[in-house]
Amino acid sequence: MGDGREILAQVRGLVKHFPISRGTIIKRVVGQIRAVDGVSFDLYRGETLGLVGETGSGKTTVGRTMLRLYEATEGEVIFDGVDLMSLKGKELDRMRRRISMIFQDPFASLNPRMTIGSIVGEPLLVHEVGNKKERQARVRQLLEQVGLNPNFINRYPHEFSGGQQQRIGIARALALDPELVICDEPISSLDVSIQAQIVNLLERLQDELGLTYLFIAHDLSMVRHISDRIAVMYLGKIVELADRDSIYSNPLHPYTQALMSAVPVPDPDLQEARVRIILEGDIPSPASPPEGCNFHTRCPVVRLDHCPLAEPELRELQPGHWVACHYAEDFQ
Amino acid sequence: MNELLRIKDLQTRFYTRDGVVHAVNGVSYSIDEGEILGVVGESGCGKSVHALSIMRLIPDPPGKIERGEVWFDGQDLLTVSDEEIRKVRGGRLAMVFQDPMSSLNPAMTIGFQIVEALTLHLGMNNKQAEARTTDLLTMVGIPDAKNRLEDYPHQFSGGMRQRVMIAMGLSCDPKLLIADEPTTALDVTIQAQIVDLIKRLQAELGMAVMWITHDLGVVADVAERVNVMYAGYIVERGTVRDVFKRTRHPYTIGLLGSLPRLDEDPGTELSAIPGLPPDLIDLRPGCPFAVRCTYVVEQCWNETPPLEPTESERHTVACWRWEEIAQGVA
Ligand SMILES: Nc1ncnc2c1ncn2[C@@H]1O[C@H](COP(=O)(O)OP(=O)(O)O)[C@@H](O)[C@H]1O
Ligand SMILES: Nc1ncnc2c1ncn2[C@@H]1O[C@H](COP(=O)(O)OP(=O)(O)O)[C@@H](O)[C@H]1O
Ligand code: SF4
Ligand SMILES: [Mg+2]
Ligand SMILES: [Mg+2]
Repeated sequence: MGDGREILAQVRGLVKHFPISRGTIIKRVVGQIRAVDGVSFDLYRGETLGLVGETGSGKTTVGRTMLRLYEATEGEVIFDGVDLMSLKGKELDRMRRRISMIFQDPFASLNPRMTIGSIVGEPLLVHEVGNKKERQARVRQLLEQVGLNPNFINRYPHEFSGGQQQRIGIARALALDPELVICDEPISSLDVSIQAQIVNLLERLQDELGLTYLFIAHDLSMVRHISDRIAVMYLGKIVELADRDSIYSNPLHPYTQALMSAVPVPDPDLQEARVRIILEGDIPSPASPPEGCNFHTRCPVVRLDHCPLAEPELRELQPGHWVACHYAEDFQ
Repeated sequence: MNELLRIKDLQTRFYTRDGVVHAVNGVSYSIDEGEILGVVGESGCGKSVHALSIMRLIPDPPGKIERGEVWFDGQDLLTVSDEEIRKVRGGRLAMVFQDPMSSLNPAMTIGFQIVEALTLHLGMNNKQAEARTTDLLTMVGIPDAKNRLEDYPHQFSGGMRQRVMIAMGLSCDPKLLIADEPTTALDVTIQAQIVDLIKRLQAELGMAVMWITHDLGVVADVAERVNVMYAGYIVERGTVRDVFKRTRHPYTIGLLGSLPRLDEDPGTELSAIPGLPPDLIDLRPGCPFAVRCTYVVEQCWNETPPLEPTESERHTVACWRWEEIAQGVA
């Protein structure tokens, strides 16, 4: 639960901008999509950190940049004392084995022409782990571990349901015994009754294998269920980060408050009793985020003489409770 | 309350190469004037097909409405002429879909598309229709509507496009708006805006709404009554309070148990429903939920349980064992 408080990874000032180019023959860069715009957080060994935010807030980009599937524009990711961003070749490969990723769309992330045995075993092959027989035994063990029949080893992804495909993705992610698993919306595309199966599985695997999760999602109730701590993103920045209970009982950022009040709860009594904060307008484009506090265009408590002018820093207002709002004190 | 829509024993199938898809299997219920009915269930349980059947929008082939009656405003929509059903659709009975892009023409301006509908259905002239279009877009919360008539669909955000679709749906003052997962593709803060909008419009205009969704939270928020669907059957129906607080069907119980709750102890294991959603191609006789049900007994495999009243006439359930389950003796 992160109580040992051993830091596994530190993300520091992570920035990822994607260039916007125009022109068909001669490409010119005409702007930048500021997908991730200065994100810092720690991951404690054995914990689940939930990363929530609406579509386009930069969650996936954080995950992919940490794994160096994207090259960071700026910033550091220190994993077990080593800055991943500075590694090359063999050294990078060795570190990468310790981190893996589970994707949102299980079918799209599985090669349709490979059997599930070769899909799950591929990381072992790439990293030259064991001989053929040992690899096969490991694959069968992995399938069993995620609740699939090991005799399905020669079947193809399309022969499985969405939930089973996600189990295959999980087995593959576990192949190299990672320490950190970045789960990028692993249940968003699944039916409710199947979501619960996968979440239960992820929790069991965490207990058995001592995994650390970065759990990316937009479903706040599931994030609350699975996470020890939660970080809320808006337009490329973390606006609030705290342990699960404080963020739910005492959200300090007006965006977190609105987001939480917008999630409908499956209980008519609770639903009736809730105060709803309905934000106006749309999420601005990350190509031209608002100046100052980037939430100021939708903020229900904005002070126009200050918020559009000065960017609030992410500061630790209470022990372990970080928030980026000039007026967060008012909400304590 | 007066009854607006009454569906009797609706059955729709698709004849595909892989076999016969039993999409809707004898569904009966009614909607009152001005009420919001939630229709909830996991993907593939027949929510959309049952709504499309009401509007006679099932592609035939491969689809076929095998039997049933759909009484709306004094007519059985399944027997009226093609011309009549076209008049009803987009008129007294309107529909809004999950993906607004698929129902908007990307090559024509928003203004043109609504104006066209108004001149066609209501016989307005261009000037009247344009004024009404501006009013409608303003009513659904499009800022500066007058100046957005010339914009194309791609110039609107997802949430704004859904507002445009709602404006189109409302253009002919429908008595019933069928909204098929209108917020599923949207982010929560935008979903909250649309939920708020439809609730407000429903109260102002007094229309009935059928709100189809897989999200039990949305149902608890918007609906007065709810139909829970499974494998093309309604398995439980009642007021939201009855269905959520005095849940009687094992599937509904399982669905609610699968969700993390704000009032639960975090860290409690979710009580997932075992197994997979049903395959509607080889749907066997008996209770459609039997293979996944923890209460299953011999009778369940052989006889399909009918939808019958529970403690209250208005709360119905299709389960042989609901009474034992309710009394905790199952
Ligand atoms: N490969 C890419 N090229 C250009 N823009 C991208 C790329 N990946 C993401 N973006 C943009 O970066 C922003 C953040 O995206 P993403 O990280 O996917 O957000 P989230 O996962 O929170 O939905 C979005 O505006 C998205 O369009
Ligand atoms: N055009 C079609 N051809 C064949 N099968 C279809 C067609 N449309 C829907 N179905 C099938 O009918 C069943 C019910 O689908 P649907 O009503 O769309 O589910 P829901 O809206 O509840 O997700 C599913 O098994 C689906 O695959
Ligand atoms: S009829 Fe039988 S199988 Fe169906 S829900 Fe009731 S107890 Fe379960
Ligand atoms: Mg993403
Ligand atoms: Mg549907």
